[in-house]
Amino acid sequence: MEARFKPGDAVRVRKVYPLGHIRTPFYIRGHSGVIERLCGSFGNPEELAQMRSGEPEQPLYRVRFRQKDVWPGYRGNAQDVLEVEIFQHWLE
Amino acid sequence: MKDSGNYQPYSYFQLMEVSLRELLVEKGIVTEAQVAAAVEDIRNITPERGARVVAKAWVDEGFKTRLLQDGTSACEELGLDIPALKLVVVENAPAVHNMIVCTLCSCYPRMLLGMPPEWYKSRNYRSRAVREPRAVLAEFGLHLSEKTRIRVHDSTADMRYLVLPMRPAGAEGWSEGRLAAIVTRDCMIGVAVPKLI
Amino acid sequence: MIERGHHDMGGLPAGKVEPTEHDYAEWERRVDALRLLLSGIRGGKKLMTVDELRKNIEALPPDAYERMSYYERWVTSITQTMIQRGVITTEELGRKMEEIEKRDGSKI
Repeated sequence: MEARFKPGDAVRVRKVYPLGHIRTPFYIRGHSGVIERLCGSFGNPEELAQMRSGEPEQPLYRVRFRQKDVWPGYRGNAQDVLEVEIFQHWLE
Repeated sequence: MKDSGNYQPYSYFQLMEVSLRELLVEKGIVTEAQVAAAVEDIRNITPERGARVVAKAWVDEGFKTRLLQDGTSACEELGLDIPALKLVVVENAPAVHNMIVCTLCSCYPRMLLGMPPEWYKSRNYRSRAVREPRAVLAEFGLHLSEKTRIRVHDSTADMRYLVLPMRPAGAEGWSEGRLAAIVTRDCMIGVAVPKLI
Repeated sequence: MIERGHHDMGGLPAGKVEPTEHDYAEWERRVDALRLLLSGIRGGKKLMTVDELRKNIEALPPDAYERMSYYERWVTSITQTMIQRGVITTEELGRKMEEIEKRDGSKI
Protein backbone atom coordinates (compact mmCIF):
# COMPACT_ATOMS: atom_id res chain seq x y z
CA MET A 1 0.00 0.00 0.00
CA GLU A 2 1.38 3.38 -0.96
CA ALA A 3 2.17 6.03 1.64
CA ARG A 4 -0.18 8.96 1.01
CA PHE A 5 1.45 11.36 3.46
CA LYS A 6 4.89 12.71 4.17
CA PRO A 7 6.46 14.51 7.13
CA GLY A 8 5.00 17.97 7.57
CA ASP A 9 1.63 17.15 6.00
CA ALA A 10 -1.42 18.34 7.92
CA VAL A 11 -3.78 15.47 8.70
CA ARG A 12 -6.96 14.88 10.63
CA VAL A 13 -7.88 11.72 12.49
CA ARG A 14 -11.21 10.36 11.34
CA LYS A 15 -13.99 11.04 13.80
CA VAL A 16 -15.62 7.65 13.78
CA TYR A 17 -16.20 5.05 16.49
CA PRO A 18 -16.46 1.59 14.98
CA LEU A 19 -16.27 -1.68 16.87
CA GLY A 20 -13.44 -4.16 16.97
CA HIS A 21 -9.84 -3.92 18.12
CA ILE A 22 -8.58 -0.43 17.36
CA ARG A 23 -5.24 1.22 18.06
CA THR A 24 -6.37 4.79 17.39
CA PRO A 25 -7.16 6.13 20.85
CA PHE A 26 -10.60 7.58 21.52
CA TYR A 27 -9.14 10.88 22.73
CA ILE A 28 -7.44 11.66 19.41
CA ARG A 29 -10.31 11.02 17.02
CA GLY A 30 -11.37 14.08 15.08
CA HIS A 31 -8.19 15.98 15.96
CA SER A 32 -5.79 17.61 13.54
CA GLY A 33 -2.04 17.31 13.59
CA VAL A 34 1.06 17.06 11.45
CA ILE A 35 2.93 13.99 10.19
CA GLU A 36 6.17 13.68 12.17
CA ARG A 37 7.47 10.62 10.29
CA LEU A 38 6.49 7.54 8.37
CA CYS A 39 7.37 4.59 10.61
CA GLY A 40 7.02 2.01 7.85
CA SER A 41 4.27 -0.37 6.85
CA PHE A 42 2.86 -2.93 9.24
CA GLY A 43 0.05 -5.45 9.38
CA ASN A 44 -3.33 -3.97 10.23
CA PRO A 45 -3.86 -4.65 13.95
CA GLU A 46 -7.64 -4.52 13.50
CA GLU A 47 -7.43 -7.57 11.24
CA LEU A 48 -4.58 -9.35 13.02
CA ALA A 49 -6.65 -9.25 16.19
CA GLN A 50 -9.33 -11.26 14.39
CA MET A 51 -6.85 -13.94 13.37
CA ARG A 52 -6.68 -12.65 9.83
CA SER A 53 -3.48 -11.83 8.02
CA GLY A 54 -3.57 -8.05 8.41
CA GLU A 55 -2.39 -7.72 4.83
CA PRO A 56 -1.79 -5.65 2.86
CA GLU A 57 0.48 -3.88 5.30
CA GLN A 58 -0.58 -0.33 6.01
CA PRO A 59 1.60 2.74 6.32
CA LEU A 60 1.97 3.78 9.96
CA TYR A 61 2.81 7.36 10.87
CA ARG A 62 3.75 9.25 14.00
CA VAL A 63 1.45 12.26 14.09
CA ARG A 64 2.19 15.29 16.23
CA PHE A 65 -0.63 17.20 17.90
CA ARG A 66 -0.47 20.35 19.98
CA GLN A 67 -1.71 19.60 23.46
CA LYS A 68 -3.71 22.82 23.55
CA ASP A 69 -5.58 21.64 20.45
CA VAL A 70 -6.44 18.28 21.97
CA TRP A 71 -7.48 19.15 25.53
CA PRO A 72 -9.83 21.99 26.41
CA GLY A 73 -8.24 24.15 29.07
CA TYR A 74 -4.81 22.55 28.69
CA ARG A 75 -2.38 24.26 31.04
CA GLY A 76 1.23 24.10 30.07
CA ASN A 77 3.58 25.34 27.44
CA ALA A 78 1.74 26.25 24.22
CA GLN A 79 4.38 24.22 22.39
CA ASP A 80 3.69 21.00 24.33
CA VAL A 81 2.87 18.18 21.96
CA LEU A 82 1.42 14.69 21.93
CA GLU A 83 2.83 12.25 19.38
CA VAL A 84 0.75 9.22 18.49
CA GLU A 85 1.26 6.37 16.02
CA ILE A 86 -1.67 6.23 13.64
CA PHE A 87 -2.34 3.99 10.68
CA GLN A 88 -2.97 5.59 7.31
CA HIS A 89 -6.57 4.46 7.01
CA TRP A 90 -7.40 6.52 10.09
CA LEU A 91 -6.04 9.73 8.56
CA GLU A 92 -7.54 12.16 6.11
CA MET B 1 9.38 -26.11 38.53
CA LYS B 2 8.26 -28.78 40.93
CA ASP B 3 6.83 -29.43 44.29
CA SER B 4 9.05 -28.91 47.30
CA GLY B 5 6.07 -29.97 49.43
CA ASN B 6 5.95 -26.42 50.67
CA TYR B 7 3.67 -24.51 48.34
CA GLN B 8 0.87 -22.01 48.52
CA PRO B 9 -2.51 -23.00 47.13
CA TYR B 10 -2.88 -21.86 43.54
CA SER B 11 -5.01 -18.89 42.71
CA TYR B 12 -7.39 -19.38 39.82
CA PHE B 13 -4.94 -17.66 37.52
CA GLN B 14 -1.92 -19.59 38.72
CA LEU B 15 -3.91 -22.77 38.10
CA MET B 16 -4.62 -21.49 34.61
CA GLU B 17 -0.94 -20.84 33.96
CA VAL B 18 0.09 -24.33 35.04
CA SER B 19 -2.75 -25.92 33.09
CA LEU B 20 -2.04 -23.98 29.92
CA ARG B 21 1.67 -24.69 30.09
CA GLU B 22 1.23 -28.41 30.70
CA LEU B 23 -1.25 -28.71 27.84
CA LEU B 24 1.11 -26.89 25.48
CA VAL B 25 3.99 -29.14 26.52
CA GLU B 26 1.86 -32.28 26.07
CA LYS B 27 0.93 -31.10 22.60
CA GLY B 28 4.56 -30.54 21.71
CA ILE B 29 4.09 -26.81 21.21
CA VAL B 30 6.63 -25.77 23.79
CA THR B 31 9.00 -27.65 26.03
CA GLU B 32 9.59 -27.00 29.72
CA ALA B 33 13.20 -26.29 28.81
CA GLN B 34 12.14 -23.57 26.37
CA VAL B 35 9.91 -22.00 28.98
CA ALA B 36 12.66 -22.14 31.58
CA ALA B 37 15.14 -20.56 29.14
CA ALA B 38 12.71 -17.80 28.24
CA VAL B 39 12.07 -17.14 31.94
CA GLU B 40 15.83 -16.78 32.51
CA ASP B 41 16.05 -14.41 29.57
CA ILE B 42 13.26 -12.33 31.03
CA ARG B 43 14.91 -12.33 34.45
CA ASN B 44 18.20 -11.23 32.96
CA ILE B 45 16.91 -8.33 30.92
CA THR B 46 17.23 -5.26 33.08
CA PRO B 47 17.29 -1.52 32.38
CA GLU B 48 21.08 -1.81 32.35
CA ARG B 49 20.75 -2.69 28.65
CA GLY B 50 19.04 0.57 27.87
CA ALA B 51 21.52 2.45 30.04
CA ARG B 52 24.38 1.08 27.93
CA VAL B 53 22.74 2.46 24.82
CA VAL B 54 22.33 5.89 26.41
CA ALA B 55 25.92 5.98 27.69
CA LYS B 56 27.23 5.07 24.25
CA ALA B 57 25.16 7.83 22.67
CA TRP B 58 26.60 10.28 25.17
CA VAL B 59 30.21 9.50 24.25
CA ASP B 60 29.86 8.81 20.54
CA GLU B 61 28.14 11.44 18.37
CA GLY B 62 28.04 9.21 15.32
CA PHE B 63 26.32 6.46 17.27
CA LYS B 64 23.88 8.97 18.68
CA THR B 65 22.96 10.17 15.19
CA ARG B 66 22.37 6.62 14.04
CA LEU B 67 20.41 5.85 17.20
CA LEU B 68 18.05 8.74 16.61
CA GLN B 69 17.60 7.72 13.01
CA ASP B 70 17.08 3.98 13.47
CA GLY B 71 17.02 2.88 17.09
CA THR B 72 16.83 -0.84 16.38
CA SER B 73 19.85 -0.99 14.07
CA ALA B 74 21.94 1.12 16.42
CA CYS B 75 21.18 -1.21 19.35
CA GLU B 76 22.07 -4.20 17.22
CA GLU B 77 25.40 -2.51 16.49
CA LEU B 78 26.11 -2.82 20.21
CA GLY B 79 25.43 -6.52 20.00
CA LEU B 80 22.12 -6.27 21.81
CA ASP B 81 19.75 -9.11 21.01
CA ILE B 82 16.39 -7.36 20.67
CA PRO B 83 14.03 -9.54 18.66
CA ALA B 84 10.90 -7.86 17.39
CA LEU B 85 11.79 -4.46 18.86
CA LYS B 86 11.15 -1.50 16.56
CA LEU B 87 12.74 1.28 18.51
CA VAL B 88 12.30 5.04 18.27
CA VAL B 89 14.68 7.03 20.44
CA VAL B 90 13.65 10.54 21.39
CA GLU B 91 16.18 13.01 22.66
CA ASN B 92 15.87 15.40 25.57
CA ALA B 93 17.35 18.87 25.16
CA PRO B 94 17.68 21.90 27.40
CA ALA B 95 14.16 23.07 26.55
CA VAL B 96 12.57 19.76 25.49
CA HIS B 97 11.52 16.87 27.68
CA ASN B 98 10.19 13.55 26.40
CA MET B 99 7.82 11.22 28.22
CA ILE B 100 6.52 7.79 27.17
CA VAL B 101 3.17 6.17 27.86
CA CYS B 102 0.96 3.51 26.34
CA THR B 103 -2.60 4.60 27.06
CA LEU B 104 -4.20 1.56 25.45
CA CYS B 105 -2.31 -1.20 27.24
CA SER B 106 1.31 -0.92 28.45
CA CYS B 107 3.59 -1.24 25.45
CA TYR B 108 7.15 -0.88 26.64
CA PRO B 109 10.62 -1.57 25.18
CA ARG B 110 10.97 -4.78 27.19
CA MET B 111 13.93 -6.04 25.26
CA LEU B 112 15.87 -3.00 26.45
CA LEU B 113 14.37 -2.22 29.83
CA GLY B 114 12.95 -5.51 31.12
CA MET B 115 9.51 -5.75 32.64
CA PRO B 116 7.62 -2.48 33.05
CA PRO B 117 7.00 -1.05 36.52
CA GLU B 118 3.56 -1.37 38.04
CA TRP B 119 2.83 2.35 37.86
CA TYR B 120 3.48 2.46 34.11
CA LYS B 121 0.64 -0.04 33.65
CA SER B 122 -1.69 1.74 36.06
CA ARG B 123 -4.92 3.47 35.17
CA ASN B 124 -3.72 6.69 36.72
CA TYR B 125 -0.54 6.95 34.64
CA ARG B 126 -2.12 5.79 31.41
CA SER B 127 -5.03 8.20 31.76
CA ARG B 128 -3.20 11.32 32.91
CA ALA B 129 0.24 11.23 31.26
CA VAL B 130 -1.20 12.33 27.90
CA ARG B 131 -3.36 15.07 29.34
CA GLU B 132 -1.42 16.55 32.24
CA PRO B 133 2.20 15.46 31.86
CA ARG B 134 3.56 18.24 34.05
CA ALA B 135 1.36 17.27 36.97
CA VAL B 136 2.28 13.61 36.60
CA LEU B 137 5.98 14.43 36.39
CA ALA B 138 5.67 16.54 39.52
CA GLU B 139 4.30 13.47 41.32
CA PHE B 140 7.56 11.76 40.39
CA GLY B 141 9.45 14.69 41.84
CA LEU B 142 10.39 16.11 38.43
CA HIS B 143 9.42 19.75 38.19
CA LEU B 144 9.91 21.22 34.74
CA SER B 145 9.90 24.91 33.99
CA GLU B 146 6.99 26.31 31.98
CA LYS B 147 9.56 27.16 29.32
CA THR B 148 10.35 23.48 28.76
CA ARG B 149 8.40 21.95 25.95
CA ILE B 150 7.05 18.50 26.74
CA ARG B 151 6.62 15.82 24.09
CA VAL B 152 4.44 12.95 25.24
CA HIS B 153 4.64 9.82 23.11
CA ASP B 154 1.69 7.44 23.14
CA SER B 155 3.00 4.07 22.07
CA THR B 156 -0.11 2.96 20.20
CA ALA B 157 1.21 0.69 17.48
CA ASP B 158 4.37 -1.13 16.43
CA MET B 159 7.06 1.25 17.63
CA ARG B 160 8.57 1.24 21.11
CA TYR B 161 10.19 4.25 22.68
CA LEU B 162 13.28 5.12 24.66
CA VAL B 163 14.08 8.55 25.99
CA LEU B 164 17.67 9.67 25.50
CA PRO B 165 18.15 11.91 28.53
CA MET B 166 20.61 14.78 28.61
CA ARG B 167 24.02 14.05 30.00
CA PRO B 168 24.21 15.93 33.27
CA ALA B 169 26.77 18.63 33.84
CA GLY B 170 29.67 17.35 35.90
CA ALA B 171 29.82 13.99 34.10
CA GLU B 172 32.45 15.08 31.59
CA GLY B 173 35.21 12.59 30.96
CA TRP B 174 33.39 9.72 32.64
CA SER B 175 33.73 6.21 31.27
CA GLU B 176 30.73 4.61 29.57
CA GLY B 177 30.30 2.28 32.51
CA ARG B 178 30.18 5.12 34.98
CA LEU B 179 27.75 7.03 32.79
CA ALA B 180 25.47 4.01 32.35
CA ALA B 181 25.23 3.65 36.13
CA ILE B 182 23.43 7.00 36.45
CA VAL B 183 20.89 6.24 33.72
CA THR B 184 17.92 4.75 35.54
CA ARG B 185 14.89 3.09 34.04
CA ASP B 186 12.77 6.09 34.96
CA CYS B 187 15.10 8.39 32.98
CA MET B 188 14.53 6.27 29.90
CA ILE B 189 10.74 6.35 30.32
CA GLY B 190 10.94 10.08 30.87
CA VAL B 191 9.69 10.52 34.42
CA ALA B 192 13.13 11.30 35.80
CA VAL B 193 16.45 12.77 34.71
CA PRO B 194 19.92 11.39 35.47
CA LYS B 195 21.53 12.62 38.66
CA LEU B 196 25.20 12.58 39.48
CA ILE B 197 26.07 10.04 42.13
CA MET C 1 -20.59 3.47 26.61
CA ILE C 2 -19.65 1.02 23.92
CA GLU C 3 -17.95 3.58 21.66
CA ARG C 4 -15.07 3.79 24.07
CA GLY C 5 -13.38 0.60 25.19
CA HIS C 6 -12.74 0.29 28.90
CA HIS C 7 -9.02 0.00 28.16
CA ASP C 8 -9.01 3.19 26.06
CA MET C 9 -8.40 5.49 28.96
CA GLY C 10 -6.12 8.24 27.68
CA GLY C 11 -7.31 11.62 28.96
CA LEU C 12 -9.82 10.36 31.50
CA PRO C 13 -9.69 11.79 34.99
CA ALA C 14 -7.76 9.63 37.42
CA GLY C 15 -5.89 9.79 40.67
CA LYS C 16 -2.32 10.37 41.75
CA VAL C 17 0.27 8.05 40.23
CA GLU C 18 1.69 5.89 43.00
CA PRO C 19 5.23 4.93 41.98
CA THR C 20 4.66 1.32 43.00
CA GLU C 21 7.11 -1.36 42.10
CA HIS C 22 6.25 -5.03 41.87
CA ASP C 23 8.41 -8.00 42.58
CA TYR C 24 7.49 -10.38 39.83
CA ALA C 25 6.48 -13.89 40.86
CA GLU C 26 7.84 -16.86 38.93
CA TRP C 27 4.40 -17.69 37.55
CA GLU C 28 4.18 -14.19 36.12
CA ARG C 29 7.53 -14.56 34.39
CA ARG C 30 6.30 -17.89 33.02
CA VAL C 31 3.24 -16.14 31.57
CA ASP C 32 5.53 -13.63 29.90
CA ALA C 33 7.71 -16.50 28.66
CA LEU C 34 4.70 -18.27 27.17
CA ARG C 35 3.66 -15.10 25.44
CA LEU C 36 7.15 -14.70 23.97
CA LEU C 37 7.32 -18.27 22.76
CA LEU C 38 3.78 -18.35 21.35
CA SER C 39 4.54 -15.12 19.49
CA GLY C 40 7.30 -16.94 17.66
CA ILE C 41 10.16 -15.37 19.60
CA ARG C 42 13.03 -17.32 21.20
CA GLY C 43 12.42 -20.33 19.01
CA GLY C 44 8.76 -20.73 19.82
CA LYS C 45 6.11 -21.71 17.32
CA LYS C 46 4.17 -18.61 16.32
CA LEU C 47 0.59 -19.33 17.32
CA MET C 48 -0.68 -15.91 18.33
CA THR C 49 -0.20 -12.24 17.74
CA VAL C 50 0.11 -9.38 20.20
CA ASP C 51 -3.08 -8.07 18.59
CA GLU C 52 -5.05 -11.11 19.74
CA LEU C 53 -3.53 -10.76 23.19
CA ARG C 54 -4.71 -7.16 23.35
CA LYS C 55 -8.12 -7.88 21.86
CA ASN C 56 -8.83 -10.55 24.45
CA ILE C 57 -7.73 -8.26 27.28
CA GLU C 58 -9.98 -5.53 25.91
CA ALA C 59 -12.84 -8.04 25.91
CA LEU C 60 -12.66 -8.49 29.67
CA PRO C 61 -15.62 -7.04 31.54
CA PRO C 62 -14.69 -3.66 33.05
CA ASP C 63 -14.86 -4.80 36.67
CA ALA C 64 -12.71 -7.84 35.91
CA TYR C 65 -10.23 -5.62 34.04
CA GLU C 66 -9.89 -3.42 37.10
CA ARG C 67 -9.74 -6.25 39.64
CA MET C 68 -7.29 -8.46 37.81
CA SER C 69 -3.58 -7.86 37.94
CA TYR C 70 -1.59 -7.36 34.75
CA TYR C 71 -0.44 -10.97 34.42
CA GLU C 72 -3.81 -12.32 35.45
CA ARG C 73 -5.19 -10.46 32.44
CA TRP C 74 -2.40 -11.83 30.31
CA VAL C 75 -2.78 -15.46 31.28
CA THR C 76 -6.54 -15.21 30.73
CA SER C 77 -6.03 -13.59 27.36
CA ILE C 78 -3.38 -16.05 26.18
CA THR C 79 -5.58 -18.97 27.21
CA GLN C 80 -8.61 -17.48 25.43
CA THR C 81 -6.47 -16.96 22.36
CA MET C 82 -5.35 -20.58 22.37
CA ILE C 83 -8.98 -21.68 22.61
CA GLN C 84 -10.00 -19.34 19.79
CA ARG C 85 -7.15 -20.65 17.68
CA GLY C 86 -8.13 -24.25 18.36
CA VAL C 87 -4.77 -25.05 19.93
CA ILE C 88 -6.57 -26.23 23.04
CA THR C 89 -10.23 -26.79 23.73
CA THR C 90 -12.31 -25.70 26.70
CA GLU C 91 -12.79 -29.39 27.56
CA GLU C 92 -9.07 -30.08 27.57
CA LEU C 93 -8.46 -27.05 29.74
CA GLY C 94 -11.14 -28.06 32.21
CA ARG C 95 -9.81 -31.61 32.48
CA LYS C 96 -6.27 -30.36 32.96
CA MET C 97 -7.34 -27.89 35.65
CA GLU C 98 -9.15 -30.68 37.53
CA GLU C 99 -6.14 -32.95 37.19
CA ILE C 100 -3.78 -30.32 38.56
CA GLU C 101 -6.08 -29.42 41.41
CA LYS C 102 -6.10 -33.06 42.47
CA ARG C 103 -2.38 -33.46 41.95
CA ASP C 104 -0.97 -30.26 43.42
CA GLY C 105 -3.87 -29.10 45.50
CA SER C 106 -5.46 -25.73 45.04
CA LYS C 107 -8.13 -23.51 46.44
CA ILE C 108 -10.30 -21.28 44.29
